[in-house]
Amino acid sequence: MIPTLWYLILAVTLFVIGAAGVLLRRNVLIVLMSLELMLNSVTINLLAFGHVLQDLRGQIIAIFVIAITAAEVAVALGILVALLRNKDTLEVDELTILKG
Amino acid sequence: MEREFFLLLSGVAIISALLVIVARNPVHSALALVACLVQVAAIYILLGAPFLAVIQIFVYVGAVMVLFLFVIMMLDVRKEAKTRYLKKAAWPGLVVLVVLAAELFVLLMQSAKIHTVMGPGLAITEQPSVEDLSLLLFQDFLLPFEVASVILLVALIGAVILARPDEAVAADKPQNGGRR
Repeated sequence: MIPTLWYLILAVTLFVIGAAGVLLRRNVLIVLMSLELMLNSVTINLLAFGHVLQDLRGQIIAIFVIAITAAEVAVALGILVALLRNKDTLEVDELTILKG
Repeated sequence: MEREFFLLLSGVAIISALLVIVARNPVHSALALVACLVQVAAIYILLGAPFLAVIQIFVYVGAVMVLFLFVIMMLDVRKEAKTRYLKKAAWPGLVVLVVLAAELFVLLMQSAKIHTVMGPGLAITEQPSVEDLSLLLFQDFLLPFEVASVILLVALIGAVILARPDEAVAADKPQNGGRR
């Protein structure tokens, strides 16, 4: 039997790696991929607790997380394509249109 | 036997997650992320959620990552090779990361004293079947399910409108060409 703590440690590790990608990388695409990684670590947490507590609601919420992630990625990549058409850069420190 | 599988899967998942962050070429990052997501799907099976594992492979690996690869291949990725990391925000970012990691690990290690939930995992008496899951989803969670479908529809329309070429620009171009 795998201790629950192991799952949580795995989830925390993946979350920190994803946060590192979000904070340190310059490429917007890699930042988005790191966000996927963080969302996955959260899903591992949900399923781990659902498994320990023998509660199916963890899996239900995980399904919703996955569905909303798909929507988020579609909108984010749409924005990215529109952005590239206007500014021709993918680097987060050069995208300052919203600064005013 | 389960523990060995878990260690193998999580090791590969962490290594490929690090590759996502480190790789120079965005295509390599995307492929490493695919590897990581497949490992996570296998971990879902260990967690007694085979349906979620299938959904993970379908949605993430099948749809989301293919979308990423499409966008990467539409764009020019070669000029990216020189500058992988932010220069200005590197030090504050690293500090935030170290603090976050330390905080999360300390809380995790101490949480056994705070909560009783964190004991050893329960032995699986009977795995909840997909039937139980769908009954719960379509009875108690019917409204969130419908809301999620509306959100997906809105995202679909939004993505189409965002990625559509600008109408004003598209309308101007042939006129200018005609005048010249």
